[in-house]
Amino acid sequence: MPEIKDILLGSQIAGARMIRLIEDNDPVAFEMLKRLYPHAGNAFIIGITGSPGVGKSTLIDALITQFRTLDMKVAVIAVDPTSPFSGGAILGDRLRMQRHAADKKVFIRSMASRGQKGGLSRATKDAVVVLDAMGYEIIIIETVGAGQAEFDIASLAHSIGIVTIPGTGDGIQAIKAGILETGDIFIVNKSDKPDADASCHQLDMMIDMRKPSETNWTARVLKTIAQNQTGVKELADVFLSHFDFMKKNNLIDLKKKEMEKSYFNSLLKDLTLEKLLLFMKESEDCKKAEKKISAGVIDPLSAAELVVNKICVFESND
Amino acid sequence: METKNKIRVLIAKPGLDGHDKGAKIVALALRDAGMEVIYSGLHQTLDQIMQTATQEAVDVIGLSIMSGAHLPISEKLIAMMKEQGLFDVNLTVGGVIPFQDIPKLKEMGVAQVFPGGTSFEDIVTGMNKLFE
Ligand code: B12
Ligand SMILES: Nc1nc2c(ncn2[C@@H]2O[C@H](COP(=O)(O)OP(=O)(O)OP(=O)(O)O)[C@@H](O)[C@H]2O)c(=O)[nH]1
Ligand SMILES: [Mg+2]
Repeated sequence: MPEIKDILLGSQIAGARMIRLIEDNDPVAFEMLKRLYPHAGNAFIIGITGSPGVGKSTLIDALITQFRTLDMKVAVIAVDPTSPFSGGAILGDRLRMQRHAADKKVFIRSMASRGQKGGLSRATKDAVVVLDAMGYEIIIIETVGAGQAEFDIASLAHSIGIVTIPGTGDGIQAIKAGILETGDIFIVNKSDKPDADASCHQLDMMIDMRKPSETNWTARVLKTIAQNQTGVKELADVFLSHFDFMKKNNLIDLKKKEMEKSYFNSLLKDLTLEKLLLFMKESEDCKKAEKKISAGVIDPLSAAELVVNKICVFESND
Repeated sequence: METKNKIRVLIAKPGLDGHDKGAKIVALALRDAGMEVIYSGLHQTLDQIMQTATQEAVDVIGLSIMSGAHLPISEKLIAMMKEQGLFDVNLTVGGVIPFQDIPKLKEMGVAQVFPGGTSFEDIVTGMNKLFE
């Protein structure tokens, strides 16, 4: 069992085990998280999202290198999809981030989405809390951009980089699907390929068409070649200047409130559901209903409705 | 929420050995058996393997070794696992492993050995058995 004090001292083995407990939904994890939470809140959290194969992992590898030249401690959570058929997953993002193996100030954790829509789960948020409490100054989250999940990347990160590739096709098309509004920095990776400038131009036009953001941060467009570090220094600088911008304009506090609200909402949903379901399943009404269904006396629809209406009788506390 | 206690496996190829076919198909087979597989690719140093196993909090390290160096590699890694506190991680080894070496590996502390020709079914069963 990991110890709180070791996690706070930044022990990788303790932090990693803590994240594992979270993923496995171990009841101990919740109590421990409560104790870690007050120590979190200092990290700058970057979300990197975009269609499969655009180079997110390679780019993060390059960003780690860049942030390390500034001697910042960097952690990464790389989310890959869980197979809906087997429940298993191949977690391959790490394959592209091998350069930092000897560096004790870098921590990389792969995570399977475990069936959450949009590829991010509450475990991702909880893991961010752990890494933050461990003292990582920069936390980068990689996710496949599906958008519109309950835990979308916007409620997890201070700054969101959306990665695309040159060519009029896929990349930008995918952005239109709904994450355009949340992007702070747009990255045209693989700009060694033709038409990178055209893609940048297109993105610039799209940004101009966005309704002005309430924060007044103007989204930026950058070109990179992740494999050879081209444009990555500039990218890291823009991320850091976004963070500065947020600090100077009191946006960090605002963002924190927003993040806490969405964390609270998701916790509320999970905890309520867990408790309520357990209570229902153990109730006499539920057992009776199950018997009636198997005896063919009642249909599942009517039975579920009956049980819920009987058990969930609410009166307001106000 | 229902996904409790998934088995997490690191599949790694230590050293210069470039035979990765076995490692790749075993990774797929374990995924299809519901496990979460971290595939770290070719040419891993033992330090890299240790660091990945630590950060990823895996239950199993699976080495794929075709070079004939399975005895010294396993011995060294087991020593590092003890030294760095990975007591509850199981080491398994697959690849070109002569039968007479299997008892030697087991004696060192290798939890399971899957030599060439082992069926996927036996590999999955062998992995699951570690957690019964
Ligand atoms: C295909 C092959 C190649 C291909 C490799 C393609 C690739 N990308 O993988 C090529 C042609 C490139 C190649 C090259 C060489 N090869 Co070659 N190659 C083979 C061959 C014929 C089959 C290997 C194979 O893919 N088998 C199919 C897979 C599915 O089986 P497998 O890997 O054994 O995996 C099974 C189990 O071992 C287990 N398993 C394996 N890993 C893991 C991991 C975990 C976690 C688990 C649970 C299970 C598990 O599960 C699998 C299913 O049962 C073997 C002969 C043999 N009998 O194995 C020689 C062999 C491995 N090669 C050999 C040699 C010498 C070489 C070369 C050095 C030849 C040369 N002089 O150039 C080069 C070196 C390449 C390098 N950089 O390392 C020797 C090794 C000798 C030794 N150990 O002492 C062998 C044994 C041939 C021989 N009898 O001499 N080779
Ligand atoms: N030409 C070129 N290839 C690149 C560049 N960046 C990454 N790649 C290659 O693109 C492929 C995919 O890279 P990844 O980093 O795995 O992409 P990803 O977006 O993380 O992929 P998923 O996690 O599977 O969605 C790899 O073969 C990389 O080597 C680049 O700037 N130029
Ligand atoms: Mg990736």
